[in-house]
Amino acid sequence: MAEKLKQEWFSNIRGDILSGLVVALALIPEAIAFSIIAGVDPMVGLYASFCIAVVISFVGGRPAMISAATGAMALVMVTLVKDHGLQYLFAATILTGILQLTFGWLKIARLMKFIPRSVMVGFVNALAILIFMAQVPHFVGISTMTYVFVAATLAIIYILPRFVKVVPSPLVAIITMTIIAIYGDFNLRTVGDLGTITQSLPSFFIPDVPLNFETLSIIFPTALALSIVGLLESLLTASIVDDMTDTGSNKHREARGQGIANIINGFFGGMAGCAMIGQSVINVKSGGRGRLSTFTAGAVLMFLIMVLGGVVVQIPMPALVGVMIMVSIGTFDWSSITSMKKIPLTDTIVMIVTVVTVVITHDLSKGVFAGIILSALFFTAKISKVKVTSSQKEHTLNYRAEGQIFFASVTDFVEEFDYQPEGIKNVTIDFSEAHIWDDSGVAAVDKIVLKYRDNGIDVVLSGLNEASSSMIKKMAVHDKPGARLTGH
Amino acid sequence: MSGKILLASDGSEHALRAADEAIKLAKAFEKEIVVAYVIDFDRSKEDVLHSNGSLDREQKRKKQLQSTEQKLINESVSYTVKVLHGVPGPTIVEYANKNAVDYVVIGSRGLNGLQGMVLGSVSHKVAKRVNCPVLIVK
Repeated sequence: MAEKLKQEWFSNIRGDILSGLVVALALIPEAIAFSIIAGVDPMVGLYASFCIAVVISFVGGRPAMISAATGAMALVMVTLVKDHGLQYLFAATILTGILQLTFGWLKIARLMKFIPRSVMVGFVNALAILIFMAQVPHFVGISTMTYVFVAATLAIIYILPRFVKVVPSPLVAIITMTIIAIYGDFNLRTVGDLGTITQSLPSFFIPDVPLNFETLSIIFPTALALSIVGLLESLLTASIVDDMTDTGSNKHREARGQGIANIINGFFGGMAGCAMIGQSVINVKSGGRGRLSTFTAGAVLMFLIMVLGGVVVQIPMPALVGVMIMVSIGTFDWSSITSMKKIPLTDTIVMIVTVVTVVITHDLSKGVFAGIILSALFFTAKISKVKVTSSQKEHTLNYRAEGQIFFASVTDFVEEFDYQPEGIKNVTIDFSEAHIWDDSGVAAVDKIVLKYRDNGIDVVLSGLNEASSSMIKKMAVHDKPGARLTGH
Repeated sequence: MSGKILLASDGSEHALRAADEAIKLAKAFEKEIVVAYVIDFDRSKEDVLHSNGSLDREQKRKKQLQSTEQKLINESVSYTVKVLHGVPGPTIVEYANKNAVDYVVIGSRGLNGLQGMVLGSVSHKVAKRVNCPVLIVK
């Protein structure tokens, strides 16, 4: 136990502290920008990033993963914030945590395998599109200078890493653009126009909402969506970090950890958050491997805000917009476009339906559900194809069934047979390549046997596997005395 | 001289030619080959998104090395495959130095198009920092 603790925290001290610093610097602009997406003060996102990162470094299941305020979560809470205000957001954050903790106890991570990959691809693509769309009001049609600043920010972000790799380029872009904005008179909007920065540590308080059923009915739908979106992105990120570091992680512990982090976060005035793919990748790339990296990121972030708070309000909005455009480009799965030709058409349709649903409803969880339902339908349609082949030998007609016989396939299956064959006295049906799954399947077999019997033809069933034949024995009527077609 | 021959491969044309040279070396010096395949950090997200779990992912990656492995099997050279994660250049260097391989054989460019064309950066970095002889195959 102590050995494991030591390994998870202190086996890579230098790498973890350095990468934690890099992540803290990269987190600041994002935390502010995500707050603006959610429609809250920058401090809410910064407090959230601090609280979540520090708490999850102790209770999370995936060392070196970075969790903080995220775009995915910010997008889900917009309506709640607009209609009911900040206090309800804190309450919803706490409820989100409670739900996630419960889901974690119920080991919900096991259900991840039922989410098709095309839905996950749709999820990240929709997220990227929404983050981009949220930037549009902040730079389109404001002033020429705004466009220039956005372009300059993007130029620094994408060109600088070719020469300097140690410092995160978005931060350099933000600093450069802020300095230019302060010393030039460009009449740009700043972070200060959208909120205030308080140079103090977050403190504990209970959200100022009435504790009654009405409050619950206001926050529950948002909290449920937040908890699902948060766990989805966190577990996806955990898998990515697992792959990058070639190590395993405890997904159930991570789910519970996200819950604990959000509960504490809500009581300290933060907005609900989750793991971040981009920042976690930066962390691992910068050498972070242990829990210390996540802790350092959170702690340094708070320290920098307390020291630099006065400067942060002067950051020009176009610079933040530039950073967010970079985040959305980085989030989008570009390979999903190039691979469209290679993957099945149904996968592409599921992905696009997921994206479109999210873009219309602005709710990532709804898109995921739409995608899951659609791909379940596609899957059912695909496996409900049954093949029946026949061959004739003197007076016997031999059928051979292939596929899954269940409620979705029985109609086609029954129609595959010729019930009035000429000169046939016996019919055999070989089921060795088929499986009967439910009572509809059994009923179909009954129907076939009885129909032939009505026409004076004997039917022999063969090759039924154990499960199928036990279903037949239990439920079928054709082999019981006095069987009639009306049996079902 | 008990070390192995490290063949850096990403399944590209150049890597296949490198495999031919590695086979010659292996036969001449009676050595085993380690095929090192580096998954770039930036690929992880894409691969995780497009695969059903880690087993599926492993299989897809191994597929990249299929033609390389086929060559080794045809020439009946004994080999192992090592999938590494990280930035290709430094990761190969670290593995080679840590495991004290005798030779590193690497293609002059890889699948990573533009970067390799301009700089040949991976093979260049590897040649500079590996402690053993390096064979760069054009």
